Amino acid sequence: MRAYDNKPGYDKLIFELSSPGRIGYSLPAADVPTSDPAKILPSKHFRATPPALPEVSEVDVVRHYSRLSQMNYGVDTHFYPLGSCTMKYNPKINEDMARVPGFARLHPLIPDAHAQGALQLMWELGRDLAEIAGLDAVSLQPAAGAQGELAGVLMIRAYHLDRGERRTKVLVPDSAHGTNPASTAIAGYRVIQLKSDAEGGVDLLDLERNLDEEVAALMVTVPNTVGLFEPRILEISELCHAKGAQVYMDGANLNAVLGITRPGDLGFDVCHFNLHKTFTTPHGGGGPGAGPVGVKAHLEPFLPTPVVAKTEDGYELDWKRPKSIGKLQAFWGNFAMLVRAYTYIRTMGPDGLRAVSDNAILNANYLMKRLEPHYDLPHPGPCMHECVFSARRQKKLGVSAMDVAKRLLDLGFYAPSTYFPLVVEEALMIEPTETESKETLDAFCDAMIQIAREAESNPKIIHDAPLTTSVRRLDQTLAARQPNLRWTPR
Amino acid sequence: MRYISNTPAQQKEMLRTIGAAGIEDLLSPIPPKARLSRPLNLPAGLAETDLVRHMRELASRNASADDFVCFLGGGVYDHYIPSPINHLISRGEFLTAYTPYQPEASQGTLRTIYEYQTMIAELTGMDVSNASIYDGASSLAEAVLMAHAATDGREQLVISRGVNPLYRQVVASYAEGPRLRIKEVPLGDGATDLAQLKKAVSDKTAAVVLQSPNFFGCLEDVQAAAEIAHAAKALCVVAVDPVALGLLAPPGALGADIVVGEGQGLGVPLSYGGPYLGFFATKTDLIRRMPGRLVGVTVDRDGKRGFVLTLQTREQHIRREKATSNICTNVALCALMATIHLALLGKQGLRKVGELALAKAHYAAASLSKIRGVRLRFAAPFFKEFVLQLPKSPERVVNRLVKERILAGVPLKPFDRSLKDCLLVAVTEKRTRQEIDAYVQALSQAVA
Amino acid sequence: MGNYPADLKYTKEHEWARVEGKRARVGITAYAQEQLGDVVFVELPKVGTKVSQMQPFGVVESVKAVSDLFAPLSGEVAEVNAELLKKPELINQDPYGKGWMLVIQVSSPQEVNALLTVKQYEELLAKGGH
Repeated sequence: MRAYDNKPGYDKLIFELSSPGRIGYSLPAADVPTSDPAKILPSKHFRATPPALPEVSEVDVVRHYSRLSQMNYGVDTHFYPLGSCTMKYNPKINEDMARVPGFARLHPLIPDAHAQGALQLMWELGRDLAEIAGLDAVSLQPAAGAQGELAGVLMIRAYHLDRGERRTKVLVPDSAHGTNPASTAIAGYRVIQLKSDAEGGVDLLDLERNLDEEVAALMVTVPNTVGLFEPRILEISELCHAKGAQVYMDGANLNAVLGITRPGDLGFDVCHFNLHKTFTTPHGGGGPGAGPVGVKAHLEPFLPTPVVAKTEDGYELDWKRPKSIGKLQAFWGNFAMLVRAYTYIRTMGPDGLRAVSDNAILNANYLMKRLEPHYDLPHPGPCMHECVFSARRQKKLGVSAMDVAKRLLDLGFYAPSTYFPLVVEEALMIEPTETESKETLDAFCDAMIQIAREAESNPKIIHDAPLTTSVRRLDQTLAARQPNLRWTPR
Repeated sequence: MRYISNTPAQQKEMLRTIGAAGIEDLLSPIPPKARLSRPLNLPAGLAETDLVRHMRELASRNASADDFVCFLGGGVYDHYIPSPINHLISRGEFLTAYTPYQPEASQGTLRTIYEYQTMIAELTGMDVSNASIYDGASSLAEAVLMAHAATDGREQLVISRGVNPLYRQVVASYAEGPRLRIKEVPLGDGATDLAQLKKAVSDKTAAVVLQSPNFFGCLEDVQAAAEIAHAAKALCVVAVDPVALGLLAPPGALGADIVVGEGQGLGVPLSYGGPYLGFFATKTDLIRRMPGRLVGVTVDRDGKRGFVLTLQTREQHIRREKATSNICTNVALCALMATIHLALLGKQGLRKVGELALAKAHYAAASLSKIRGVRLRFAAPFFKEFVLQLPKSPERVVNRLVKERILAGVPLKPFDRSLKDCLLVAVTEKRTRQEIDAYVQALSQAVA
Repeated sequence: MGNYPADLKYTKEHEWARVEGKRARVGITAYAQEQLGDVVFVELPKVGTKVSQMQPFGVVESVKAVSDLFAPLSGEVAEVNAELLKKPELINQDPYGKGWMLVIQVSSPQEVNALLTVKQYEELLAKGGH
């Protein structure tokens, strides 16, 4: 097991490479008569001093950012088993298609008649996502999953108001991703936390106890954040509908159910998609993503504006949406990410997408079986596309989930998610995805088993980790106590 | 299937290890009633060459700025994107990395974000910037929510009608939940009517919001607006064009408390609406109320400099419903584009871009307003965008000029009915004198 | 185990109160700061703010966690420890001394009876802290 060589030793910021007078740009000379700014605008409008940006050559820039990239782990270089992040392979054809000039060089405010290809792509993508989710209509506008959630909750709010009801509460399981309660709070609702039962699902008694006519919605993730399918989901959605509440599905874990089951068929009224998870758009170091949201017909009038519509003559942006919740982004969605997702769906087709979920589930269960003897498994399998272990056993030996994660970095892997979901002690959430080979999974399991053994025989090597990355463990306390958020010249 | 590595033989082996006869055994928790009994109704998968052909066909029906000369603005512009950017951001370690939660394996991303934060703070004249929000509009929405919290819950927002109408719609959507009330302030000849602004502001105002250059291209008196806001103990929120900040005075120097805007002009492709780059900068005493990620400097166990996400307790994954925002991603790759863009342009280059755009826009405005029947609608000073009043329907003019491969501008009727005879025209450093002269020629024929 | 001064009163949310005549000095216990880890920031109310027994009066933050602070007694905030803004680590280093957070001018002295004695607090911790 060779540790990844991160070429330690490069420690520069671009400002530190600056040399007065160096340039990295190429601009033409002014070709119009009056080019002196002082002759065009009164002097009070101008900056007193130029901004302190670096002065570097193109060579400096390319070398600097290339060296910085080598200090990163990416899916292209490493197995990246982050739970609920679906770090699957990002196809290169998606990148090529997003860069086709007819897509990349298209201004959003161009008349609809001259963006017919783009509008058709968006319309077809919306239709395909609706089919995948068993829903009736889709908005591609939200910029990320969290914005998709906000759109969903705002639509539910608009729906209730339209019926003359002003409900005040939204139910969110304690195992939910933090964006669920946060989005709910922004939409003006009170968040009521529901307990998880012993199997990690929604505690039905707690749900019934809290379900009243003040509840606007229940938000659940299916499969849930411990990687298990909520077996009584149909009952849950029926209970909610009986009290007039809507049911929202957080689509983060959609990779587990493509072609197998669909949110619409499970009783959900609204669901968001994370294109940067299931649909392979690259994570880019933290974004951009895209979070389209799908709804059943009764929520369609409330979709964000504009909606992409198909007419007799072609496609258009429909702005006549009197009941819409309004806009969440200035324009129509993260189009370049939509191109990538569309390319992916066209590449896979229905059979390909079904194979995605089958293999995602197979890979996760294989990992779970191989690791079961060595780490505590709070909820026995089978799991769906991810499994959650607890490093409880190792914690008793002084090795935490975080320590396990750091040691994995030395052994050539990015770590799984740690300390999420909050309901599992010392949680290690592992999602391999379908794009990983058995060889990679075996190598990862071997590494995890090695760490479990080291926890017993040689915990120091774990506590010292990581040793082979460009920096060792970092002082988070110092960073928070004395925030230094920008470079200043010495 | 080239994205799935395991062969049928390997799949069988894995099933044996698991102790399942087939995948179906692993799907038992799913209620049979909810199982899809047919394949998804989607077009069959395409081989790569067929796919490319299909995509190019779709792309061919779009009027891209490569084939048409682009005078469109409204917050998104055809600016120079230096060639190295695409190569660097396409490096797999940047492109396919996740959020830097394991900082030791993400120093590349963390350092570039720290550089980005530095550059944005410097450009805007503020103390600190976050790691980015989705776009200019959502960044503005986050700013007003922050002002609401920072003023102990004041519920009124006073917003100039010079702020991009699409941004104002997004702010309205975000204001729904906390039930914030929006009071709009009209313009007087292209810039915010300061007397009306003063009348609108009260002790219920959380924020005074304006944009400079505004949606119509006109420069605003940010200093006067900030004074009005502060007299009422409200915050001054300014949306700004970052490309202008190489040349024009930054809002931080004029009294702004929060500065936001659209960073698309800093190296991010047009891409029909996104993804873009919402930047967000503020003052030191407001740091803990800031939404979005923050990267800070620290040291590792050996005392070496390192970078980490910090002040994370503001964020949703810890604070949950009490978080400063629900935002989970930032637009890291777009922020990286902007960082590299600003590194390549540098101190001198960004200024030059501003000078060129300023000069060309004024040349275009002067030439166009010489056409009979055409006039500049507003007298306020402008940067790279201006509004033309036309004697003929702007929509018809636009359609006519498209035939000559010119994207003439944005008709303003959908944004403001009182400007239904007007066209918003943007001129960047990329527009040559020939292109501008050809536009003038074509427009004079179209309105004759 | 056992850094719980006998002359203090405790809450089940891990605050302590030292009654000083008509006033009470307030902070968080050794257990609380240990659970939090390194304190990086504490948000305290202004002098003059009214507080109510077992209602939140502020927030204490570590790198990875956030906790509400609950007032052991009702009254008005008479003093706030300004040192904590610059040196939040005092809460970890000296939670009962230099890490004090507030002094409250107590409005209902009989509320002290609702607080835990050191023995009761130690029992609570033995049961797991909640």
